[in-house]
Amino acid sequence: MKLSSEKELEDLRNEIISGRDPNKLCIAVCGGTGCHAGGCSNVAQEIRTELDSKNLADKVDIRITGCHGFCERGPIVIVYPEGIFYQKVIPRDIKEIIASTIENGKIIDRLLYHDPVSGEKKIRVEDITFYQKQNRLILENNTRVDPAQIKDYLAINGYSALAKVLGKMTPEIVIDMVKSSGLRGRGGGGFPTGRKWESTRIAEGDVKYVICNADEGDPGAFMDRSILEGNPHSVLEGMIIGAYAIGSNEGHIYVRNEYPLAVSNISTAIKQAREFGILGDDILGSGFGFDVKVNRGGGAFVCGESTALMASLEGKPGEPRAKYIHTSEKGLWDKPSNLNNVETWANVPMIINKGSKWYSGIGTESSKGTKVFSLVGKINNTGLVEVSMGMTLREIIFDIGGGIPGGKSFKAVQTGGPSGGCIPESLIDMAVDYDRLMEAGSMMGSGGMIVMDEETCMVDLAKYFTNFLQEESCGKCVPCREGLRRMGDILKDITEGKGSMEDILLIEDLAGMLKDASLCGLGMTASNPVMSTLKYFKDEYLAHIIDHRCPAGVCRELITYGIDADNCTGCGMCKKNCPPGAISGERKETHVLDTGKCIKCGICYDVCKFKAVRKE
Amino acid sequence: MVSFMLNGAQVQADPKWNLLEAVQFYGINIPTLCHDEGLTPYGVCRMCVVEVGDQNRTKLVASCMHPITEGLNVRTHSSRVIKTRKMILELLIARCPSSKKLQDMAAMLELKQVRFDPLNEDCILCGLCVRMCEEQMVAKAIGYAGRGTDRYITTPFDMTSDECRKCGACMYICPVCELRCQGPQASTTLCSGCINTEPVCAPDYGEAMCFMVPCLSCVKKPEDVK
Repeated sequence: MKLSSEKELEDLRNEIISGRDPNKLCIAVCGGTGCHAGGCSNVAQEIRTELDSKNLADKVDIRITGCHGFCERGPIVIVYPEGIFYQKVIPRDIKEIIASTIENGKIIDRLLYHDPVSGEKKIRVEDITFYQKQNRLILENNTRVDPAQIKDYLAINGYSALAKVLGKMTPEIVIDMVKSSGLRGRGGGGFPTGRKWESTRIAEGDVKYVICNADEGDPGAFMDRSILEGNPHSVLEGMIIGAYAIGSNEGHIYVRNEYPLAVSNISTAIKQAREFGILGDDILGSGFGFDVKVNRGGGAFVCGESTALMASLEGKPGEPRAKYIHTSEKGLWDKPSNLNNVETWANVPMIINKGSKWYSGIGTESSKGTKVFSLVGKINNTGLVEVSMGMTLREIIFDIGGGIPGGKSFKAVQTGGPSGGCIPESLIDMAVDYDRLMEAGSMMGSGGMIVMDEETCMVDLAKYFTNFLQEESCGKCVPCREGLRRMGDILKDITEGKGSMEDILLIEDLAGMLKDASLCGLGMTASNPVMSTLKYFKDEYLAHIIDHRCPAGVCRELITYGIDADNCTGCGMCKKNCPPGAISGERKETHVLDTGKCIKCGICYDVCKFKAVRKE
Repeated sequence: MVSFMLNGAQVQADPKWNLLEAVQFYGINIPTLCHDEGLTPYGVCRMCVVEVGDQNRTKLVASCMHPITEGLNVRTHSSRVIKTRKMILELLIARCPSSKKLQDMAAMLELKQVRFDPLNEDCILCGLCVRMCEEQMVAKAIGYAGRGTDRYITTPFDMTSDECRKCGACMYICPVCELRCQGPQASTTLCSGCINTEPVCAPDYGEAMCFMVPCLSCVKKPEDVK
């Protein structure tokens, strides 16, 4: 069914909404990446089978949605219209859910979320602290639509912003609106989106391209994939609006092939949008034509860099080029191009619908709107959180994230992925926005947040990220290729106790050169993890170099294990589990560890219940 | 013509030139490794970096790729530039200590130390041969393989290529294999023959800035090298 005017779209929307009973029972199963890994597809299958067998299929809807964000507690099942939130649901629980909640309206206590602090049972999503402090403008819709159904998106007012733009607004007005909203690129750089659009619009050229960067490659980041998987139409709508504003008729979505669900959902969305006349020639009868292609990337981290991404789109090796002539003038195939990240595009329809004034009212002076962060690492509530810009790290990590597991203490948080920096505990009350993070020596990046506790060695961490970047460097320019290799070697030496004080100077020299002389953003920011840890945790570097000691007990070459005679009960657990057989001792007598045989695997430390194994 | 500031002097240049060409036109020497007049600039060796911008808002750019814009303020030998060039060269020499070109450049830039273990590679991956083969010989017989530190230049699938006419242009243009440096000893990566020894030519030429091209009289004779 091809829609040929705004009115037809509204008629269809009303028809869809009126055809739906808001009080009808609906079981929503989170189909996000985390819940998939937790087995949500089996849960959904079980629900279908059970509904069929009880002849409830007509009375109860089932909806597989995108990521709800609370990945720690997945698979998540929500029963509407009450909105009862069940967590960690396994297929075996389904019979009970259907029998109690669906048929008799009873709530199952053991599947509810229990607040770890107060111990209270939380029945609905809005009661849960994890969600309460968030401002879920983008992610909220993930829970309300089935990404494979365009009608679900239409039912929540989808494509109304597009209709408004095509019917009532000139491209200039759209650009002005995005400019005054204060939206900045969510991919890392934080360039004002409206200005980018404007310069692409005024660039000379008959053919222009819009590109969506969905090549999210940071370790521990999954914001973009979750938006693309959970609500692909919002990204498409943003892109069509952007294309209209810029004057482009062709768009590309560059998504990595390792995100099969994202590839499949966005492809389905494009297909459906074409069927409804929302993509293609003459969109909604406006005369404006635009279409989108999905390009699957091979999974190179560097292809998230805009010029490397465009090289890859052109079919060349994914290597960056100099950006002295901007992408807005010469981008893809040397034509004016506008590249934005998934989250940026997803923000656009909201700005059009609710106005730039509303949008710029959220956030801080220089950073407007909300930002989605993926909260991972040593944190209780792993998952996706969306907060207004300017929220402090403490609120994100302790109030929303629920703090550090195992009663350990917070040490630092790495923001912005491998090219970001480490922010120590002393700065935990810092408000999170583009500029504050930059001042602290880190960056917003795409929004990864890796939380670290006291058992993380900062030198080891810097080594990990440097090695990651070294492996992911394309190798085109000398500073990045040779510089990162040497940086990695130096850090390796330090973690093995072979470092010297000159190494610190050398690291600083290398970092300065990387920042100044690298060809692309990967190299320019590659020294951030090292420099920020060196800035805030220099004592750890010195402990490694001077005392040959790893304070966090991570660097294998610098630690030794031993058994504390006072605490050892002679239970034999360590002896039983020791792979090289380095521990000896009779039952109920103090055990002894032979450091000559010890391979420092740490198993004895982990299995000892009496804290008798020492790590120093 | 566009006018811009070059080391404090107001100069003019053809807008079609890139920054490197303009700077060289005014007789200022900037070291380059991956640049050749007859080939498309590639901008990877980063030796040609210059500082552009005003006051506190400056940045380093590769001059071989940078366009000249009206009023651009360029400094070709600021301390930041020199420091960066030296660091890059230090990394390159550590990779290929036997390259005479690099050793000469080290002498020219007065690079006094290499703080890394030598890798003794033969190729600095400047990509001149790849561009030569593609652009001038129209053969496209060689290209890059691998990524990051594993990157190397080869024929497709590392096999003898039918595209290669064995013209030798790649060897002609290679800055590294033109001549093996005789200077460095196994234990020290830097040759610095020309700055550490008394040049034979010094009495004749006073304080001539010797860059060994084409004299070489101060370099040890092969029979003297153990």
